[in-house]
Amino acid sequence: MEIWNGHFECMDRLDLKKVQSERLMETVERSYFNVPYYRNKMQAAGLGPESIGSIDDLHRLPFTDKQDLRDNYPFGLFAVPMSEIVRIHASSGTTGKPTVVGYTRHDIATWSEVMARTLKCAGAGRNDFIQVAYGYGLFTGGLGLHYGGEKIGASVIPVSGGNTSRQIQLMRDFGSTVLACTPSYALFLAEALQENNVDPSDIKLRVGVFGAEPWTEMMRREIETKLRIKAIDIYGLSEVIGPGVASECMAQEGLHINEDHFFPEIIDPDTLQVLPEGSMGELVFTTLTKEGLPLIRYRTRDLTRLTSERCSCGRTMIRMEKCLGRSDDMLIVRGVNLFPSQVENVLLEMSEIKPHYLLVVDRVNNLDTLEVQVEVDEAFFLDKISQLEALRMKIQENLETALALGVKVTLVEPKKLERSETKSKRVIDKRKF
Amino acid sequence: MVIPQLSVFIENRSGRLTEVLEVLGREDIKITALTVADTSEFGILRLIVSDSEKARDVLKDQSFTVNITNVISVIAPNEARHYARLLRILSDRDISIEYTYAFARGSKAVIILRCNNNDEAIKALKENEMELLNASELFKI
Ligand SMILES: [Zn+2]
Repeated sequence: MEIWNGHFECMDRLDLKKVQSERLMETVERSYFNVPYYRNKMQAAGLGPESIGSIDDLHRLPFTDKQDLRDNYPFGLFAVPMSEIVRIHASSGTTGKPTVVGYTRHDIATWSEVMARTLKCAGAGRNDFIQVAYGYGLFTGGLGLHYGGEKIGASVIPVSGGNTSRQIQLMRDFGSTVLACTPSYALFLAEALQENNVDPSDIKLRVGVFGAEPWTEMMRREIETKLRIKAIDIYGLSEVIGPGVASECMAQEGLHINEDHFFPEIIDPDTLQVLPEGSMGELVFTTLTKEGLPLIRYRTRDLTRLTSERCSCGRTMIRMEKCLGRSDDMLIVRGVNLFPSQVENVLLEMSEIKPHYLLVVDRVNNLDTLEVQVEVDEAFFLDKISQLEALRMKIQENLETALALGVKVTLVEPKKLERSETKSKRVIDKRKF
Repeated sequence: MVIPQLSVFIENRSGRLTEVLEVLGREDIKITALTVADTSEFGILRLIVSDSEKARDVLKDQSFTVNITNVISVIAPNEARHYARLLRILSDRDISIEYTYAFARGSKAVIILRCNNNDEAIKALKENEMELLNASELFKI
């Protein structure tokens, strides 16, 4: 498979560290002198640009989070005069003000570069037809994919999101080979193709680049089977740049982070300490080349772990595991940190059940209780109480081992627990604090 | 000689059994036997009905977890010693009973059995001249 920028993507990791260190020092200097917010925060911590001599000093700098962006709405964190900004995107906040991001001409070039890498990672090239079914507009998905697609010389079809019948028509008439959209829309499209009795041989799709929302391995298998494509997970967030922060390669064994532009750290969301490679924790990014909106130690709230082990594709860029949860979802039960994704992972590994579950946390006599409701799958239901009890005990033991926490498992009837592709309601916390 | 029996997974909460029976009632399904095995949280409702496949399909449509299992039915006088004898015949052949339930009509009792090996059980019962019922005979009771 072709690699877009072998110089950086396959760089020796020691050389890469030098590049990262130089770029970090420049970023810190620019942020310090051009953004009062960063200068104040660094001064309060007794730090100046001279405090940062290499990437190893990064941990000394204070964190930034979404609230800081909101507090400085709209342009307060920009590090260049507005005359240098050529594009503004914004993400709608569910509460309050949107998060605004600005790009210089150079930032747009960087974004196109990392999106070109992403598409090459997914095996796309100049002979492909890329159907971009991400929304175009203030959301970064559509235009991000668009610029990357043009950069690699593919034929970009900017359909934007929605209008399923037109998506299907163009897919068939133009012979789209690459589909870019959210994974839940990919599933929706797959079902629409079936419902409309579209002959699969009329569809030329061979790969999908899906992101902008968390999705499970089970969803991936479903999409791959129904659309008969390879489903590649891509990761990004508008604050950092948009899509293009990280992407799976064809090996599908973690997402390569473009760490010559975006430096990742994993921290414990509670203690805020940096965790060693391989630990599960919250992903934090520092932009290394961004001009418009440099971000220093930006807390993504996404949970993952990193590995710098060499990938079979030849890229040396560090890989992150598929994100399945957010630190916002973290529950503390009897003092133990618990993420719904941990429960999901245990259930996914058990063939007897489907990972449809609900966590119920309560406090009885001043003691936290955790109940995990799991749906009984028809394939495994034979009519014996002893067998259901054994299954219940097995789930309970597996969960207790994985969570290091006492759990009560309850078997429930199927389809009782809510289905939702994007933001599923998996937790009920009845505790009153 | 085996009889199809419907097994339905139900949570132990009020109204659930009613819902199952209402679904079956709308389809005019007749019930010959019914029993519930339960723990504190869930139960298995076992039913012998006039059309088990149709019953299964309509319950599935309503999102119930349903399965059909084969059971054996024996008719005998409603005296404890007959039930005891039946169990003895099976245990003498090392056939274990997963569950059993019974109902009586007049002086006759119908015993439903689910064994670890139904074929062996049928053979043993026949050899000992126990009276087995097939599905249509059971429905005429
Ligand atoms: Zn790779």
